[in-house]
Amino acid sequence: MLVLQGIVDGILAGALYALMGAGLTLVFGVMEVINFAQGIIVVLGAYFTYTFASHLGVDPFVTLLLTIPIMFTLGYAVYMLLLRPIKRDRVIMSLLVMYATAVVIEGVLDLIFGGTLVEVNASYGTGSVHLGALDFPNVYLLAFGLSAVLLAALFWILYHTKFGRSLRATTQNLTAAKLVGINVDHVSALTLGIGVGLGAAGGMLFGMTTPFNAASSYDLISRLLVIVILGGFGSVWGAGVAAILMLVIEDVVAVVWSPVWGQTVFYLVLALVLMFRPQGLFGRRIARAQ
Amino acid sequence: MAVAEAAPELLSPAEIDRAFRDPFSPSKRTRATSWILLLAALTAFPLVFTNPAVTSIGVFTMFFLVAVVGWNIFSGYSGYISIGHAVYYGFGQYTVALLILHLGITSGVSELAIVPLAGLAGAAVAVPVGLLVLRVRRHTFIVLTIAVMFIFQLLAFNFPSITGGSSGMNVTPPSWSGNNFNLPFYYIALGTAAVGLLTSWAVRRSKFGLGLLAIRDDEDRAKGLGIKVTRAKLLALMLSAFFVGIAGGLYAIFVGQVFPQFAFTPFYDLYLAVFAFVGGLGTLSGPVFGALLLGPLQQYFEIQFGATTLYLIIYGVLFVVILLALPRGIVPSLADRYRSFLASRWRRAEERRGVGGSVTAGSMIASAPGAAPSERGGS
Repeated sequence: MLVLQGIVDGILAGALYALMGAGLTLVFGVMEVINFAQGIIVVLGAYFTYTFASHLGVDPFVTLLLTIPIMFTLGYAVYMLLLRPIKRDRVIMSLLVMYATAVVIEGVLDLIFGGTLVEVNASYGTGSVHLGALDFPNVYLLAFGLSAVLLAALFWILYHTKFGRSLRATTQNLTAAKLVGINVDHVSALTLGIGVGLGAAGGMLFGMTTPFNAASSYDLISRLLVIVILGGFGSVWGAGVAAILMLVIEDVVAVVWSPVWGQTVFYLVLALVLMFRPQGLFGRRIARAQ
Repeated sequence: MAVAEAAPELLSPAEIDRAFRDPFSPSKRTRATSWILLLAALTAFPLVFTNPAVTSIGVFTMFFLVAVVGWNIFSGYSGYISIGHAVYYGFGQYTVALLILHLGITSGVSELAIVPLAGLAGAAVAVPVGLLVLRVRRHTFIVLTIAVMFIFQLLAFNFPSITGGSSGMNVTPPSWSGNNFNLPFYYIALGTAAVGLLTSWAVRRSKFGLGLLAIRDDEDRAKGLGIKVTRAKLLALMLSAFFVGIAGGLYAIFVGQVFPQFAFTPFYDLYLAVFAFVGGLGTLSGPVFGALLLGPLQQYFEIQFGATTLYLIIYGVLFVVILLALPRGIVPSLADRYRSFLASRWRRAEERRGVGGSVTAGSMIASAPGAAPSERGGS
């Protein structure tokens, strides 16, 4: 029964990580940028929700109406100002630039909020739904629901809009996309905006489920990177499957053995998978490229 | 000047070699002199500025220098950018702390004597890590190195019986004290950095180093040419981890404390990569410039603004500005400027002599300053 509960917890939390990881893997697919700032972006989103909810006294879900547009604009601006000028060694240079950006955001957040752990509270947050012996915490159910809705919206954008077609074309072949007249910079900036926006939405849910401070971003980004590698870089589906798989493993290990080892096992699974499939579960093998 | 030569004269191998040597790069003697001057300046530094606050900035800078030079031997030459060298740094720190604790070492001299073991431990742990991470390339490699670093941080937290977990470990400080406390650390680190640079230079000139450069340019082709790519990459990683491990070992004794979150820290990964990038990736002198310029700056900001996280903001902004302004690094950018300056001066001189006009390959070789005997004596 403990194992079953672990699986349920893992699936519910996994959907949340899938949401945060989707932004990361999408951005990589389009512009080969490893957004190391995604962890702090999630925390920033959580702090936005925390501030709006406590000062305006509105429901955390309503704050998304403010948070997502703000974060989208931030992502768009970061691409245009910091990433577009990079012409050489894109993969590593953009990683270092995003790393430095993350450090700046971390510094600002720590300066404003200090290191104390805070949590986003909602009246319905503490209860849970019981189904037999299984326990479904309300917060995680809502997180699962919102993640599912946002991911569905993402897939709709990707497969049913002109922008989505441009985005997928850019992912497949940058040069060819340019040749058929796609404004690659605009598409990339919009994609980073969407990735950051999804991260911020994930942040609101993260803030409701976990106490956080600015330093939580390192734990987050290491998990998200593992999920994205495991799923195969650039594959949104892969990230989703990997997120749920990893969180189920982590939660089952946590209830069966010890919470301390849950996360370590999470990384060991990654090492094992990469021994046999260096390209991740759903990635394409990179041929001649280094 | 004939526009088309019917039969271009054949050049002897020595002539071809001369013609293709970069005529605008500094001569060997200039290079050797600058290195000796730099070494002399660094040796004199703590004797001139004796204030312990200043020399301790110097010590941390030397630690960075050792590690960045080491980092460059692997990442700079092979093109595999590691953002996970804090693994070897932390491993070096824990090796020293554990050895001192369990062997009951108390004298400062024997503490420093076991520092090479930290380097060996770093090189040893590079083998399993390397066998895992070197299976993948490019972005997956970069991200995997970060992930492996976090695994080691977690392990350090998760084995409190060995590492002390989150409460960390104390290292008995050396018995000497006062104003001269910093000096042994400074000179040992400077000496190690010099050895590291010599190693780096030797690697660059060797067949092994050429293999690494070939891997950087095109790994599959390098493999096809018979280079044992996995062996070469692993060996380079071990060499590089050795120096980073030593930097960690020295740091542990100097600071006297080891914590998982400071030993295996993502910041250290960032520092090494940015310092090397700012100086010039894969060049001999680039990492030296990077560490000597940014190391003191990092220390200064941390001391000046370390009370709050303001120093993070300043440092992050500085990194972004430097990375965007000098994307190729200081050394390659300056070398290009210098080269184009010399080239334009040479071109103007040629024009004055009336040699200009259409240029064929033969005439270019014949009139390049490196090939002209009269001008060779001057360089």
